[in-house]
Amino acid sequence: MSESGKNEIDTPERPILSVRGLKTRFVLDEGIAIAVDGVSFDVGVGKVVGIVGESGCGKSVTIKSILGIVQKPGEVTDGEILFAQAGNSGGADADYVDLAKLDNRGKKMRAIRGNEIALIPQEPMASLSPVHTIGNQLVEAVRLHRDVSVSEAEQIAIKSMTEVGMPNPAERMSMYSWELSGGLRQRVMIAMALVCSPRLLIADEPTTAIDVTTQAQVLNVLRSLQKDRGLSIIFITHDLGVIAQIADVVVVMYLGRVMETGPVDDIFHNPLHPYTKALLSSIPSIHGTSRGPLPTIEGTIPHPFNRPKGCPFYPRCGAFMPGKCDQSTPRLTASNPAQSVSCFLHNDEAEPA
Amino acid sequence: MFTYILKRLLILPLLMFVFSVVAFILIQAPPGDFVTSYVAELAASGSAMDQRQIEALRELYGLDQPAYIQYFKWVSRLLVGDMGFSLDFQKPISELIGQRLLLTVILGLATLLFTFAVALPIGIISATRQYSFFDYFFTVLNYIGIATPTFMTALILMWLAFSNFGITITGLFSPEFANAPWSFARVVDLSQHLWLPMVILGLDGTARLARILRANLLDELNKPYMEMARAKGMSEWALVIKYPVRLAINPLVSSLGWYLPLIFSGSLIVATVLNLPTIGPLLLRSLISQDMFLAGTIVLTYFGLAVIGTLLSDIFLAWLDPRIRMEAA
Repeated sequence: MSESGKNEIDTPERPILSVRGLKTRFVLDEGIAIAVDGVSFDVGVGKVVGIVGESGCGKSVTIKSILGIVQKPGEVTDGEILFAQAGNSGGADADYVDLAKLDNRGKKMRAIRGNEIALIPQEPMASLSPVHTIGNQLVEAVRLHRDVSVSEAEQIAIKSMTEVGMPNPAERMSMYSWELSGGLRQRVMIAMALVCSPRLLIADEPTTAIDVTTQAQVLNVLRSLQKDRGLSIIFITHDLGVIAQIADVVVVMYLGRVMETGPVDDIFHNPLHPYTKALLSSIPSIHGTSRGPLPTIEGTIPHPFNRPKGCPFYPRCGAFMPGKCDQSTPRLTASNPAQSVSCFLHNDEAEPA
Repeated sequence: MFTYILKRLLILPLLMFVFSVVAFILIQAPPGDFVTSYVAELAASGSAMDQRQIEALRELYGLDQPAYIQYFKWVSRLLVGDMGFSLDFQKPISELIGQRLLLTVILGLATLLFTFAVALPIGIISATRQYSFFDYFFTVLNYIGIATPTFMTALILMWLAFSNFGITITGLFSPEFANAPWSFARVVDLSQHLWLPMVILGLDGTARLARILRANLLDELNKPYMEMARAKGMSEWALVIKYPVRLAINPLVSSLGWYLPLIFSGSLIVATVLNLPTIGPLLLRSLISQDMFLAGTIVLTYFGLAVIGTLLSDIFLAWLDPRIRMEAA
């Protein structure tokens, strides 16, 4: 498997994670919902990839698929999730393992989850057990992957909490999640994610549930971790402001598909896809003189069961070309060396019908 | 934790006072008294008492005095540990209740253990394998368990055992041990007889608890902490037991408060059908003969067991759930 992986990845900078043509669907009584429909992106070593999109665009399902924690009736049906093998953190001679082929509940996958790839969840309050102490849950995270005694694990946990700027870390060990403030809770989650020194960190909207001041602190913690440890991060958010602050590369998703991807500066200054443009124009500006209403994107995301034929965005798109966009689906194609876009305005490549 | 338990202990005397009044009112409620039913019983067997004898009997037992004086006499004797005298059996009540109470508690606790030992795995597997064959199978079985009255189950099992194997499955002891003093052999004999009433009494509660646990667990299984535990790399079984089961079990523990007294008092009809030497059949007898002090003491004993059961479940719950400890402190 690693052999073939070697052959397939031939970009000069070998990524730590390469997602290719990922498809995840949910088989429900009402029908089949395709939550992730052929998503591809790379995460470079030491880079922060920001995935943006409205609610329900498949961001969370994408990262759950990477972690192998999609629950029934959901399943990954197609695609590759190539992860650089332990021992080499990407780089020129990286060996890859295809996570999509591993048994989700099997030992191999569990040895990667929480150890090599760690998750910072969306809701720290709900993600911590209210009846177990912070220390108990941190020690558990250590001991799942490291063969150490409880007291050694406690030391590792306290060290990890110190690193994320938790005040009085030793005292917090015997506290419960509901005795902490929102910002501290999120720090506990980050400390828990870092406790086994993962190579890839996945942050699922880590700043949604907390106020703006704390948000800035959490972003600072993540940014310094990325700098100091060369950590690779996938950062999911619907907040473009946060993306501008933290991401190196942006992946714009809509209805389970990648609309556009490229370096953060290009995406913000030279957006190609009409959806990216619409997202950017709906950011409130501090310099704006207009007292008019904030521009919004017309309409709502279609229900996954009523997925439009062709480009998923055409019903809401200002540049809709009848007979083209509603007939075939544009393929994600490089538009310049750094930027790729799936839109018929920029190239004619379509997905095979 | 300490103040939490202390607070609950301090309420106990007040509760027992209220319960003693209620118990007394209950046993005073039926028309007539012990002497009336005694005379009726005598009349039924052909003999009779004249009015003077009846009055003398009432005076002897203090039944001619106003109700509140009877109550205070009864309660003040209870306070010094004197349960009084059974008019019907002509024996001290403590002697009558003593061993039966012990057997009642043993049967109750055994039933409770059985209930949890069976309901927990069924509830957990039904929830984690929702809509599987196993889940449907136990759903049907559970509804049968809930819908069938326990005395009915007892009668059916007695009939099946007798018609198929020719054995009688009543009582808690073999005849040779029924009135023997406690010994190791008697304990063994008890354990051989205990399981059947335990299963019969526990069926209904087991079915209910399994349903409650399944529903609670289904709520917990989709919580974000499950996802987090999976993302940490925990194995599925380890995390199900450590997190959702632990949280789903709390409402079950608080249900102990009402379940325990239900086992004690609910066993009355089953105990009568199965001829068990517990206090249930004794209460029935005392109510029929209007042996008011015996009945009152038994009813008050039930109340006492209920209060102790609630107290234990409160303490257990506080021990399990730090949020409750925190609130109470």
